[in-house]
Amino acid sequence: MSDHATTVSRGGLPVLKPGHTFGSVTDKISSIVQTRQPKSWWFGFAVGFTLLMLFLYTTTYLLATGIGIWGTNIPTGWAFPIINFVWWIGIGHAGTFISAILLLLKQEWRTSINRFAEAMTLFAVSCAGLFPLLHLGRPWVFYWLMPYPNTMDLWPQFRSPLVWDVFAVSTYATVSLLFWYVGLIPDMATLRDRTQNRFAQIVYGMLAMGWRNSARHWHRYQMAYLLLAGLATPLVLSVHSIVGMDFAVAIVPGWHSTIFPPYFVAGAIFSGFAMVVTLTVPLRWLYGLQDFVTLKHLDNMAKVMLATGSMVGYGYACEVFYAYYSGNPFERYIAIDRMLGGYAWSYWGIVICNALAPQLFWVRAIRRNVIWLFVISLITQTGMWLERFVIIVTSLHRDFLPSAWHMYYPTIWDFTEFLGSIGLFLTLFFLFIRFLPMISIFELRELVSDKSE
Amino acid sequence: MEVPADVYGLMAEFETGDALLEAAKRAHEAGYRQMDGFSPFPLHGLSEALGFRRTRLPVVTLIGGLLGGGGAYFMLWYACVVSYPINIGGRPLHSWPAFIPITFELSVLGASFAALFGMLALNGLPRPYHPVFNVPEFVRASRDRFFLVIEARDPAFDLAGTRQFLEGLKPEKVFEVLP
Amino acid sequence: MSQHDGERASKELLAGCMDDAQADGQTACGARHYDWQAIRARLSAASGREYWRSFEQLADTAAFQDYLRHEFPRQAGEWMDAVGRRHFLKLMAASLGLAGSMGCLRQPDEKIVPYVRQPEEVVPGKPLYFATAMTLGGYATGTLVESQLGRPTKIEGNPDHPASLGATDAFTQAAVLSLYDPDRSQTVMHRERIDTWSSFLSALAAELPALKSRQGRGLRILTETVTSPTLADQLRALLEAMPEARWHQYEPCGRDNVRAGAKLAFGEYVDTIYRFDRADVVVSLDADFLWGMPGSVRYARDFVDRRRVAGGDARMNRLFVFESTPGLAGAIADHRLPIQPSEVKPLARALAGRLGVEAAGSDMPANVSQKLLEAVVSDLKAHRGASIVIAGDGQPPLVHALAHAINGQLDNVGKTIEYVEPAEARPEDHAASIKALVDDMAAGEVDLLVILEGNPAYNTPASLGFAKHLVNKRVKLAVHLSQHYDETSFLCHWHIPAAHFLESWGDARAFDGTASIVQPLIAPLYGGRTAHELMSVLLGEADQATFETLQKYWRKQIGEDDFGRFWRKAVHDGVVPETKAPARNVELSFDGRTPQAEEQIFAGGGLEIVFTPDPTVWDGRFANNGWLQELAKPLTKLTWDNAVYISPRLAEDEQLANGDMVELTVAERKLDVPVWIVPGQADGVISLSLGYGRSRAGRVGTGVGFDAYAIRPTHAAWFAKGVELKKTGRRYQLVVTQDHHSMQGRDVVQFGTLDDFQRDPNFLLADHPSKSREDSHRPFDLPSLYPDEKGSFPERKETDNAWGMVIDQTACIGCNACVIACQAENNTPIVGKEQVSRGREMQWLRIDRYYVGDIDNPDTYFQPMLCVQCENAPCELVCPVGATVHSSEGLNQMVYNRCVGTRYCSNNCPYKVRRFNFLNYEAFLHYDTEPQLAMLRNPDVTVRSRGVMEKCSFCVQRIQEAKIEAHKVNRPIADGEVLTACQQACPTRAIVFGNLNDPDSEVARLKKSPLNYGVLAELNTRPRTTHLARLRNPHPDLAAHQTGDTPSLDPRDQKIDKWLKDLEGGET
Repeated sequence: MSDHATTVSRGGLPVLKPGHTFGSVTDKISSIVQTRQPKSWWFGFAVGFTLLMLFLYTTTYLLATGIGIWGTNIPTGWAFPIINFVWWIGIGHAGTFISAILLLLKQEWRTSINRFAEAMTLFAVSCAGLFPLLHLGRPWVFYWLMPYPNTMDLWPQFRSPLVWDVFAVSTYATVSLLFWYVGLIPDMATLRDRTQNRFAQIVYGMLAMGWRNSARHWHRYQMAYLLLAGLATPLVLSVHSIVGMDFAVAIVPGWHSTIFPPYFVAGAIFSGFAMVVTLTVPLRWLYGLQDFVTLKHLDNMAKVMLATGSMVGYGYACEVFYAYYSGNPFERYIAIDRMLGGYAWSYWGIVICNALAPQLFWVRAIRRNVIWLFVISLITQTGMWLERFVIIVTSLHRDFLPSAWHMYYPTIWDFTEFLGSIGLFLTLFFLFIRFLPMISIFELRELVSDKSE
Repeated sequence: MEVPADVYGLMAEFETGDALLEAAKRAHEAGYRQMDGFSPFPLHGLSEALGFRRTRLPVVTLIGGLLGGGGAYFMLWYACVVSYPINIGGRPLHSWPAFIPITFELSVLGASFAALFGMLALNGLPRPYHPVFNVPEFVRASRDRFFLVIEARDPAFDLAGTRQFLEGLKPEKVFEVLP
Repeated sequence: MSQHDGERASKELLAGCMDDAQADGQTACGARHYDWQAIRARLSAASGREYWRSFEQLADTAAFQDYLRHEFPRQAGEWMDAVGRRHFLKLMAASLGLAGSMGCLRQPDEKIVPYVRQPEEVVPGKPLYFATAMTLGGYATGTLVESQLGRPTKIEGNPDHPASLGATDAFTQAAVLSLYDPDRSQTVMHRERIDTWSSFLSALAAELPALKSRQGRGLRILTETVTSPTLADQLRALLEAMPEARWHQYEPCGRDNVRAGAKLAFGEYVDTIYRFDRADVVVSLDADFLWGMPGSVRYARDFVDRRRVAGGDARMNRLFVFESTPGLAGAIADHRLPIQPSEVKPLARALAGRLGVEAAGSDMPANVSQKLLEAVVSDLKAHRGASIVIAGDGQPPLVHALAHAINGQLDNVGKTIEYVEPAEARPEDHAASIKALVDDMAAGEVDLLVILEGNPAYNTPASLGFAKHLVNKRVKLAVHLSQHYDETSFLCHWHIPAAHFLESWGDARAFDGTASIVQPLIAPLYGGRTAHELMSVLLGEADQATFETLQKYWRKQIGEDDFGRFWRKAVHDGVVPETKAPARNVELSFDGRTPQAEEQIFAGGGLEIVFTPDPTVWDGRFANNGWLQELAKPLTKLTWDNAVYISPRLAEDEQLANGDMVELTVAERKLDVPVWIVPGQADGVISLSLGYGRSRAGRVGTGVGFDAYAIRPTHAAWFAKGVELKKTGRRYQLVVTQDHHSMQGRDVVQFGTLDDFQRDPNFLLADHPSKSREDSHRPFDLPSLYPDEKGSFPERKETDNAWGMVIDQTACIGCNACVIACQAENNTPIVGKEQVSRGREMQWLRIDRYYVGDIDNPDTYFQPMLCVQCENAPCELVCPVGATVHSSEGLNQMVYNRCVGTRYCSNNCPYKVRRFNFLNYEAFLHYDTEPQLAMLRNPDVTVRSRGVMEKCSFCVQRIQEAKIEAHKVNRPIADGEVLTACQQACPTRAIVFGNLNDPDSEVARLKKSPLNYGVLAELNTRPRTTHLARLRNPHPDLAAHQTGDTPSLDPRDQKIDKWLKDLEGGET
């Protein structure tokens, strides 16, 4: 079939290097899990783990002392923690977007990246989920935000966007997990059947739940996968919309705007794809996956970033226009303060990083140059973090009564908490590539067979 | 005719999916019903060829979604209007626009659970043991081989005859599957 | 790594980024170099009602990178856990014993009765109130003190007392914290070692016979201003017994000029009492009579009552203020002119001359416009007998004499001016008195020096050398009675802990001579002694308790018969009947010549410096009071420091920015101190407040601020010329609670003139179509998804009470009494300089100060801002756990124990009146082992823990108490029955609280006023607390209120404002 496999897909680049058979793909991917890890893995894991320790240290100090260790103040009641939360949640959008929406759109190039994109999503969401809890004045009672039977017959205040957040984020995390797990079942079976290690056999066996590649099973399985994809699609769009409403629902100038939901979703997918690229480029190089994750994939992801990045830029333009057109003095002040005020550097930072930088992707050569891609993806993520900084800090630090205006400055603990969360993310991710197939094996097989027809 | 109780069925191994499809069709025509195909990835048309038409999974999912959404809105209404009616920022007790996001989220959640667990249930999973695993070569079903199993409980099953029939399909090999 | 290093690191990082971002090369510390040309240019091009903003946002500048001088200062105020039971009961029992003395049965302090049988009167949970009096600078303010189970917890004004009329100032409100201050000295000290009262007695006993034999030669008593009849009587007795002994008085913020002025005018000492309630025109010659003068609280009430328009009658008095440094009077003035202190003399002469005082001569002050002068003169002439010309305590006697002459000329005497017997026991020139003492100390004439209160080693001018001579061997024995082991105690042989006025008996006179009995509410916490006790010792009546001394004296006055009833009444009422000082008929004997002594003050030229009592720590005696230290100064909003105030022009000339350190040289003495640029500060004069830079104040006050006494000259106590100011190049972090001073063209404080109001009471609506109307919360008719239009709560039950508040900005003088009252009532913690610098101060009530107009002499607007209890509260909507919800009576309630601390409510609060416990301030700033502060707590108010939001509750605890009382007899709550803490403390009754459902309540009446408007009402928050627009009563010939536009001095903000302006310009 190999000779058939040379037929290339749309766009001139193959989504799968020619010459692969069911066996070869299966062996390649599963070998990553079943052989010893390269030094680079240990290095990456060490870095991640060290940062994780930093996270734990900071968190301990935080819980012992109170959030006063951060720079958060009045009027800037939200700062780094919420910035980090929104940033992580945004990143967590690419995975499900890729596996669900691109599946419905029958984008075959999603196949080789959806698995670790989804994993990335899960880990990003776990990081995100921590911040709303940690930023509470009394984190130990976070569960009061959820409805649960209690003797006081108290309920959460369901009109608060923060409660919507709780539901949105937890639902998103759950569904992403299900989706991811469903995708994993057949590969678990593969690993179960291949591994010689008794313990591994038991574990993979349990996870595979006795999957035996039966035609009937496949039938229902595909239906379920399709349904989940269909469900996940609106979910992806809703989650960041609701996060956007945290701001849009408030009356704070610079927040109170209907553009937030769509513009947050665009930003989310933007940063999410950036993160996927950031992870893909080194991974395919370290594990020699160039055959499966080809330039085609990178090229397409770059295009998505170009599109979403431009949307984000459009969002910035809209905000300014609204401020001007509304004639609302508070909005106008904030808009201009962002450009010229104490945090102007951050505003111009996001314009450059998010609106301008991705425009480079109009150039095909750049889209297909891993170095460029990697650098721009990092710029994008910085930019998206800054965007949340602009939205949250500049809007809050100068709102309605000038008497209450005050500057915000972070402390070292703001930074350690943030870096620490990156450590948590890396640790989880490195464990993932160590123990689970980072590319969906059965879908690769499917791809091979498709190509052979 | 007598059926040896110590046989679950017969298994034929094929190298390509097309061969398996072909075999499945032929077996169906030959009147075999209690059979199943195995492939390392979802093989288009295989289940149809085996005479397996449609699944109720979508209905299950729909029900799950409706339960989730309905339950959510009821909870919200009950909490805000009945159980804990209190003046929040001068808004009406039943401020429905604020209830929409949570209702939506819980609908999706309900549906998703229904889809996953529905699929598992209908597939009879988890099921750690299954006779087909007794065939050592079967491990390749999760790599690059395709299998057809005709079960002994099929009325048309007859150890010798069925083996002959399977041999006629030019498989790589034919195995007896022990229960 | 410490948190602070961390912050610094990250701040530098951020600041760095800012630098980069500033393409046009402006420095991050924006205000370092102001573009003055631009500013002046824009000044001249002023047009329309626009506002200017602060010079510099302290926080915007790299000043934030300056190292933080104090690691979280440990304030008084907070403690960890409850008081030990035994300790508590003991103190409680002791104080209950005293409570019993309401019935004049005195239980000796020594016999502590354990709390087994509950005295009648005392119902746990129900506070008792006792009348007593607090003195400041010797003059008494009558108070009613709330006692919770024997613990004094809150001080209110005594409505029957002439100096209070039920109101108080910030100092009185904070005094209760000083009572429990764990840093108060707790034992007798002898040469820095702990000793006992008895050994002190024997030590003294050893000296006394010798002294007696010498007729008391070598015995010196040093007191502060004495108005206490009993103490005066004891002193007189002592001086009779020992003619050679001497009694000296020294008050660092005393009234030497006032006394000398009266003497100069009339040849004798008289006190002047001003009847502002009868004055239509008031001219202040550098006098801030609304604050810090004896009787200021009363004066403020009288003055404001004459300009209360909201009440209905559209009449206002008119106030002209000539002042050197911005004060409260200047802020409320109808016309204010910044003027050098030395210019006041010629001004006074000019005024007097034009009003026909022959002796005045015809001086003409520089930079006072003819027009203004004419306006003043015409007004004064038009209101003969209904006007007041008042000279400031800082002004030399001549100016006072001239003021007396003018008032005489305008025959105000007997109408708006009353001359009475001095309230002081022995009026004298304190400067001369202390000088004489120091000379004698130097000459070795002093064998035994007894210092009764006061802290001369610190608060006498350093040039006087009091401390130097105190430690020289020639003073054989020095005894210091004081509440703290302070700078002076440290230098004296003996230190005796003094009792706080809430723990001791005593008496004192008010500004008008009215005497009050000071009664204790609690036994001395630290075995403090009173001046009376010490005097008794010197008089050989050792161990005669103050109580006896006191009664003995008053017996003499009243006579035996029915002394009992007199005493009971006097103690109960807090005023001794018929003790008001008798009027004096005085003859003006004044030739208009400047006395020799004064000439040297005016000698020389150059920069002038003004020394002022500090609005938060006075002369330094409140330095260890955390509430006052954290209180923002009325005009500058500066906390935890003092700074030298300079005018914008001086800043321009010297290229100074806020926080720049300068070296001041006054009469050869040098002091390094940071500058703060103050709009309205007169050119050519800088001012520095006294009371900071204490070296032995206690854990709160030590090392805070800069010691002005170090450069205060002896010859010119209040202002001096020929000051040198040199920029050192160093920076210092000054912390203010309000960074921005402009209203940014937003309708935050609405204002107009009396004239506008008379022509059209609804004049405000002219340019603000929707303000102060029933539908003010609905300025735009926006569609709503909710069925009920206006988004109001349909299920709202009709309740008897709908609480609401109105704040009259015409009446508010910005005196801060309400802020401390709120803090005391609601157990609000203090957080320290470092936390305030992060914007984490906790006071529930703040007074915003905005400037309008000319940078060199702006109009000042005060706006008390507290939770306005929105009916459509944005905070409630976003709280995820329903920790802030609306009560049926319209209160926006904060449920502390439900709060999880998301701070979303604060973000969404347009008024930013919510306060958050970022750290466990209760425990964080506590004294390590001191439990006694726990007794200060108001038991009716929860002490908030770390991580919860808090805010103004409309004093819900007081509302509940009233409801219970009303419920008992099943009657509605009467209007005025519930007073919020801020309302009760307010000297000018600017805050009115009550039931909106009661159409006859005052608050309901005021809500109907056309001046009534809701701040930010356009946000549809429907505030329950609304404000009344500020009215002015300008002279017809002079400009009304200012409307000029001055840009910020921060280049960044200048640019923003310019862009906004161009934007609006582009549209019109």
